[in-house]
Amino acid sequence: MSHDAHAAHPDTATGIDSRKLAIWTFIGSECMFFASLIGTYLVYKGRDVAGPRPHDPWLLKGVEQPQILEIPLVTVGTALLLFSSFFIVLALYGAQKGKRGMLLGWLAATIGCGAFFVGMQVYEFSHFYHRGMGYTTNLFSQTFYTLTGFHGTHVTIGVIWLITMFVLALRGKLPPAKALNLEIAALYWHFVDVVWIVIFPVVYLMR
Amino acid sequence: MHAVAHAEAHAETHAHPTPGLYARVAITLFVLTALEVAAYEVARDPVAPLHGAVEPILVPILLVLSAAKFALVAMFYMHLKQDEPLLSGVFVFALIIAALIIVALMILFSYQYHVAPTINPKRG
Repeated sequence: MSHDAHAAHPDTATGIDSRKLAIWTFIGSECMFFASLIGTYLVYKGRDVAGPRPHDPWLLKGVEQPQILEIPLVTVGTALLLFSSFFIVLALYGAQKGKRGMLLGWLAATIGCGAFFVGMQVYEFSHFYHRGMGYTTNLFSQTFYTLTGFHGTHVTIGVIWLITMFVLALRGKLPPAKALNLEIAALYWHFVDVVWIVIFPVVYLMR
Repeated sequence: MHAVAHAEAHAETHAHPTPGLYARVAITLFVLTALEVAAYEVARDPVAPLHGAVEPILVPILLVLSAAKFALVAMFYMHLKQDEPLLSGVFVFALIIAALIIVALMILFSYQYHVAPTINPKRG
């Protein structure tokens, strides 16, 4: 087999690089994992004996509190997470074409968006806690914290992974021949984005 | 010679999109997200224009917009449109199971909440 043909089709039974097939299989298993969390959130939605509920005012020690979810803040976080998916494909394009400035710049932008999203979620959780919604307050609080908390953990892992990629790129260890390493990290990053594409309307927008 | 031609054909088939296409997808995703939030705000506000039309179908609207965003990211940013069909197969197979998990949970709990209490009134 010539070198060209070898570059086109890796020497595997499927003709697909094993790392790429592995990350897709992992993403598939993660879809099932998040489906169980989203399903649990949906079956307990509206079954709380007491507040807070996602979209209604509620009573805390006899005092009426406004709706707990803050849609504008989360909308900004959602938009940034979506744009981070755009930024990382540009970084990958830069990596594949050997454009170091493009790779580093867009990768840094992706990391910044991811860090903002994690910061937004930390703020949201601590704000909710100080407004009286602990983990065990009611069914909504438990399913909300579990679902969005697991997603936030995935985003945090993604940010750490991308920072590792950024350091490798900075040290010149991410040449076009190794762009697949960034493509795999990017696939994981897009996965946390598509999960949020489902979580955002289900948790924050559906009444 | 044949191998080189094959590699070129392969590269053409599996070439990832250009930054211009990525940008158009990003703008579409942004617009779809804005539509989601707009639909939510219209459904929430009883005096908003189109409230009566949007409020009863808010959930279907959000599901359609969300599915469209999901498909755009998977096809263009995750490159399923260009990559080998086996990868799409792995992903779609998992998505079908994921959807079945959600449907099964909803049917089971619907039974528990709506049917089981009438069979055994002591359970609630």
